[in-house]
Amino acid sequence: MSRQMGDSHRRFLQIMMVNGIVDEHEARTLYQHCCERHNTQHVPDKLDEFIDIINSKLQPMFMQIRKGMSEDNGQQYYALVNMAETDVTRMSSDYADNELELFRKTMDLIVNTENGKASSTDILNSADTMTTKKLKKSETEHLLNRLVSDKWLSEKRGEYTLSTRCIIEMEPYIRTMYQDQVKVCHICHNIAFQCQICEKPTCGIKIHNPCVARYFKGRAEPRCPACDDFWPHEIPEVRRPHSQSRR
Amino acid sequence: MTQRKRLSNTQSSSQSKRQPSSLVAQEEDDDATFTQPSTSQVQRGLEKLTPAQIDQKTAEVVQYFLVKDQKKIPVRRADLVKHVVKEYRNIYPEIIKRASRTFDQVFGLKLVEIDAKTHMYILINKLETAEGISPINSPANPKMGLLFVILSVIFMKGGVVRENVIWNTLKKLRVDPGEKHEEFGDVKKLVTDEFVRQRYLEYVRIPHTEPAEYEFHWGQRADIEVSKAKILEFMGQLHEQDPQSWTQQYREAHSCPSSTQASTSSQR
Ligand SMILES: [Zn+2]
Ligand SMILES: [Zn+2]
Repeated sequence: MSRQMGDSHRRFLQIMMVNGIVDEHEARTLYQHCCERHNTQHVPDKLDEFIDIINSKLQPMFMQIRKGMSEDNGQQYYALVNMAETDVTRMSSDYADNELELFRKTMDLIVNTENGKASSTDILNSADTMTTKKLKKSETEHLLNRLVSDKWLSEKRGEYTLSTRCIIEMEPYIRTMYQDQVKVCHICHNIAFQCQICEKPTCGIKIHNPCVARYFKGRAEPRCPACDDFWPHEIPEVRRPHSQSRR
Repeated sequence: MTQRKRLSNTQSSSQSKRQPSSLVAQEEDDDATFTQPSTSQVQRGLEKLTPAQIDQKTAEVVQYFLVKDQKKIPVRRADLVKHVVKEYRNIYPEIIKRASRTFDQVFGLKLVEIDAKTHMYILINKLETAEGISPINSPANPKMGLLFVILSVIFMKGGVVRENVIWNTLKKLRVDPGEKHEEFGDVKKLVTDEFVRQRYLEYVRIPHTEPAEYEFHWGQRADIEVSKAKILEFMGQLHEQDPQSWTQQYREAHSCPSSTQASTSSQR
């Protein structure tokens, strides 16, 4: 396969710039669409090679299309990430300083919980301890909505989690900032927020919910892959891919 | 659909600037202080820098343009120099040349100077211009759909229309400029502010009208990006009519397709 960048690659990149993140199924459809549109050969299982070509040209611009898993449904996603900024200052063209402070506080809350979720009440309370210009309750609520629609946070029943896009894009930052708190999934080795934890105190490994589902599928008695203790949590079903995608 | 956010420090100051008209005069002064360096100056400047430094600056310029392009805001040379190029201004032409090449080869975009006097740049999508933007090939974006309707009305009415004509047309499509629209929010603001800043439309006061009345023209970006032939095709489908039956419009749409004054900026 040619290593040259063609119009099909350029179109794919343009669509990624608009969307920010797409799931694997969308990426495959997009790949096919771009190849057909520009009459180039479409090899269905060569999506990653196709993206590698784009990445080789993006690298000097400190940009990259990076792959990561959704903690929510276990699907693979592709996100266009900017590597020029390594922390939340990358968001400063769209958010004011005090809004970024609140986002950092939300991240702190999420990282420090066991289940990777922060309730809106906790976030509103943390707004009281801000050092920059304080946000009113209504302003904080409005900001949280914006962070969700800009795909930095996800929300479900009043609880906030870091979005897939946020985790893919900010993983290096999170790993350095929260070295002591952050744990990686025992199965896939990516950082884990929403997960199950081994209850044996000397073990305490984490496994993402979708990784739990896949790992224990079809096993009669679930045992911790690290310490072999009984795994006491409810084993979620393996989700069928291409169902309603959540970011 | 959300847009990507990228690069921040370099443009946060310019981003917050909403360009009120009182500032424009002062900014033009800024631009006057920037004189295009000569070839030999550029040559000497390049000798003092490492390739990595030049690459880094080019990347910053590319990202700055991409951020602005997400909101379709034109970039002024003065702002670019002040906020991004900074101490590399002596090799400015070389950096713009490299940035143009990157847009072309990596992103399928073309850097175009739309105003040679104020040195204003926009990015044009090279993959689309061949056939032109139309509601037929970009139905996913409702704002573009609305814009396309407005451009169509202006074109069919001979290039200029009073604003009430546009508002009445939109009302027929159940888009009322006086009400908050579910998809577009403040419709009047979208049309008379956002589309105007993006250079898709011009919204100008009709001279000697009291109270002031306004009319719409096509903006510079529309001239470059939007195909008039596609608009006629669209109107033909809408009215089940042969596009050629609109003689004057048909002639205009098919006479020299790239009748724009915009020039590529690769040498600037
Ligand atoms: Zn995992
Ligand atoms: Zn264990």
